Amino acid sequence: MTNTLHRYGNEKSLHNDFIVFAIPCRGHNDQGAVPKLKRFLQLARKYKPVNLGDGSHGGIYRPSKELNPTAHWSRASDPDFDTVIEGVSDPTTVAAVFDNIEAVEGFVDELRKEDLGLSINISALIERAQECCEETGLARHSVEYSLGFMGRTDRLADRQVLELSTMCGHGMISFNFARKMIDWVREGRRTPEEACMYFSRFCSCGIFNPTRAREILEEARYGNS
Amino acid sequence: MIIDPKKCVACGNCVAICPMGAIHIDPKTNRASVNQDECVECYTCFRGMSTEHLNPTMVRTVRKIGKWFRWRFEPEPDVCPTAAITEQELSWPRIVRRAFSDPVVPHESTGVHGRGTEEVKTNDITNRVGPEEAGFTVEFGRPTIGVRFWQIQEMTTALAQLGIEFEKRNPVTSLMADTATGEIQTDILNEKILSAIVEFKTKFGNVPAVLQRVREVAKTLNTVVAVGVSTRCDEQGENHLEELLISEGFTFNRGKTNLGLGRKG
Repeated sequence: MTNTLHRYGNEKSLHNDFIVFAIPCRGHNDQGAVPKLKRFLQLARKYKPVNLGDGSHGGIYRPSKELNPTAHWSRASDPDFDTVIEGVSDPTTVAAVFDNIEAVEGFVDELRKEDLGLSINISALIERAQECCEETGLARHSVEYSLGFMGRTDRLADRQVLELSTMCGHGMISFNFARKMIDWVREGRRTPEEACMYFSRFCSCGIFNPTRAREILEEARYGNS
Repeated sequence: MIIDPKKCVACGNCVAICPMGAIHIDPKTNRASVNQDECVECYTCFRGMSTEHLNPTMVRTVRKIGKWFRWRFEPEPDVCPTAAITEQELSWPRIVRRAFSDPVVPHESTGVHGRGTEEVKTNDITNRVGPEEAGFTVEFGRPTIGVRFWQIQEMTTALAQLGIEFEKRNPVTSLMADTATGEIQTDILNEKILSAIVEFKTKFGNVPAVLQRVREVAKTLNTVVAVGVSTRCDEQGENHLEELLISEGFTFNRGKTNLGLGRKG
């Protein structure tokens, strides 16, 4: 789940971007972890996450391998939380994405009381995660800091493309596709909401934040840089 | 990955989807074609795109008529209309491409999905990174630039000279021919992957030298390097790494916070 560490963006852009994830530790508590992982997801659902997923099967928006041609005019875009929760079958990382700190604080407080015994991490702005810890009476155990990109940074895309693409740190959202969707939104060929659905389906562990993506696309539509 | 020329209708949807830019429409055949040397077997096209199962001849005919009239096509951009994208059987050494590029496949060496690392995420259980220690994750090829193993080896051999010890439970370490020198198995050096993480830890006192070395080597590579540094906090949740990084000239705003709720089962 280092795929969440290097999300690109300034503090304003990342202010309401939170991923809370649970991970079993191989050889220590991975045996019998599946029911706990499902419980984590069930608890998360109460706080209205904008995405939910497991590292093996994907998030609440998934591609279809038997698409009906009518989908080009009317395509299902309802989130499927049940499939994610019921689909956890092995000790993997599960994640919930939120777009407000109140939900994160409520969820973390409930996790603390539930005492699942799994490692729980918040991937977000460091200060915002700390706020959450203070609110819920937890002291941070460990912190990992993202120092950003080095080397051939001239090969990277522009800011908005990078902000969209790095929301899947596994690299499943290409620069070209992010750029294409920005152009389509600007040309009026797709709405930001539709573009967010396309992106979300490519994120194979459900950590893409469609709320933040919509804001980025709205900003791009009006030429704000 | 390959694209079945009998099914492909050259709609071009997969071209933008490929993180490596390895797919193009071949002007000679008018079919999508994959540059096998650049393809990292990430399965983004195969798994991420939805599929229809339309008749290729029918779709080509419709497209030809539309093209003649200069009609603008606006199909769903994440769909392969004829399910033309096809898996191929991978053998050594090409199989390492998928192991490092497809996040759904767990690494054999660690059993972990993604890039196969637990890092500081389970530090509340393993205590791998202690107080006054810094855990490094040096990641290559991210975001969506890609990297070959010989480029990773440039970094690992340079870091090995500083006397650092590579994390044993890490997929890159498992492919090293010699963990003391940082040399990677020669038969995979030219394999291209989406990204990989090299992991190690060191005492706080060595952090400036390590960061300096990482910056120097990164400048010489034809890819991008993303660096994460972690540490264990004290009972109040504070640590000294943050001020050390600031004193080394780094600015940062984002990170991962382990809440300390894990315990051995």
